[in-house]
Amino acid sequence: MTLVMLQLTSVGRRFGAVEALRDVSLTIGAGDFVALLGPSGCGKSTLLRLIAGLDQPDTGRVIWEAGHQPKPGEIGFVFQDATLLPWATATDNVFLPLRIAGIPRDQAMPQVNRALHRVGLDGFEAARPRQLSGGMRMRVSIARALVTRPRLLLMDEPFAALDEFTRHKLQEDLLSLWQELGCTVIFVTHSIYEAAFLARHIVLMTPRPGRIDHEIASPLHPGAPARLDPAYATLVAQVTREMQRALTA
Amino acid sequence: MKYAPALFGAAALLAWEAAVRIADVPSYLVPGPAAIIAAFVADPAGLLWSLGSTLLVTFAALLVAATLGVVLAVAIASSRLLAAAIQPWAVVLQVTPIVAIAPLIIVWVGNPFASLVVCATIVAFFPVFANTAAGLASAPAELADMFRLYGAGRFTTLRLLRLPAALPYFLAGLRISGGLALVGAVVAEFVAGSGGFASGLAYRILEAGYRLQVPRMFAALVLLSLAGIAINFGLGTFAAAVMRRRGDA
Repeated sequence: MTLVMLQLTSVGRRFGAVEALRDVSLTIGAGDFVALLGPSGCGKSTLLRLIAGLDQPDTGRVIWEAGHQPKPGEIGFVFQDATLLPWATATDNVFLPLRIAGIPRDQAMPQVNRALHRVGLDGFEAARPRQLSGGMRMRVSIARALVTRPRLLLMDEPFAALDEFTRHKLQEDLLSLWQELGCTVIFVTHSIYEAAFLARHIVLMTPRPGRIDHEIASPLHPGAPARLDPAYATLVAQVTREMQRALTA
Repeated sequence: MKYAPALFGAAALLAWEAAVRIADVPSYLVPGPAAIIAAFVADPAGLLWSLGSTLLVTFAALLVAATLGVVLAVAIASSRLLAAAIQPWAVVLQVTPIVAIAPLIIVWVGNPFASLVVCATIVAFFPVFANTAAGLASAPAELADMFRLYGAGRFTTLRLLRLPAALPYFLAGLRISGGLALVGAVVAEFVAGSGGFASGLAYRILEAGYRLQVPRMFAALVLLSLAGIAINFGLGTFAAAVMRRRGDA
């Protein structure tokens, strides 16, 4: 049986007159790869921020395993934009979380270089964000999120602004990293194809106010060949049907 | 294209000299460039000494304005209460004509040099303050969230995110303040000069005016203009060098 990493119980969040989330209950298993799928404005990003502790729910609770509130560095966050320090090199951007934690530079460098190597950025350590392509900037952002060896990786539509070829490559690399590192991933997307390819569990959300409509377990074996697997097409069709139903419900 | 300003300036000077000679305008009314150069050559040491005095006030005021501007900008960026308390007074300081309050400042401060610096600081303060405050607030919200996620305190966020983000804004403000510090120094010297002390270029202009030495008056004016151009160019070059060193350019 999979261990539970965190539970959301009847979580609600309102911004003035706008009700972003209503009665969201969700259980995330340790080591799982969960995609939060829904139309724009359905509260996916809000939910991610609540899990990260960057915002607080108006109702309900976010409960961590054994009441263990994560320490800084145990959660990695990848935003839609790479959100790098424009004046810092790739190395310094990846070093940033460790620097904040007070780890000396020379002590942190092996970890930083390993993170950059993992995302395929060997040779670009001294490059600044403006010298990198959109895909490479996102790789730096992922390396920065991984450098603290987080138990939970939160990703908020990280590949939405990239071209399809880069997106496919990064999706495949992300799956490899997830399998290698064994961390839990919660991945926000509004792409059915992306959710079907990446996730072990797909959580469908309704339009605002966002609620959990449905959860689908993926039958696919994660990895690059999955795109050509007939089961992938079947899963995409199933998610599409469920999404259409959720949108019109 | 590069030489266009110099060529235009040279042509204008030639036309000015020709017009003055052809129309036989007396030099106490409108002196030609040759008469102005002759007036400078007649007493270069006196005029350059006065220029030095004005520049000393200018740079002292710029230093105080930059320090005060950054400190107060950081204060208002750190606390809403301080922002509410300080910002309106900064605007009051900006909109108050220095000519109107300079006599009071000179009387209150007493020391001639210090009173000139105070007046010039008041004129030069606002751009560097307002720009730095805007720069401190310019860091993307997602980056600020990332700092929070990794447990960064206010000081760490200020040091690693907000201050570096504000640097280009500060340098742009410093360039504007440089020119204004010179204007403030000259205005204060005019007021102080009419009170019978100080030895800056403004005083030389007043003195030459009383004696109807109009070419010398123009020579002092030309020195002031050249000083203003040099300050602007110098601070622009300094800003470009700082940004290049940081890897932004």
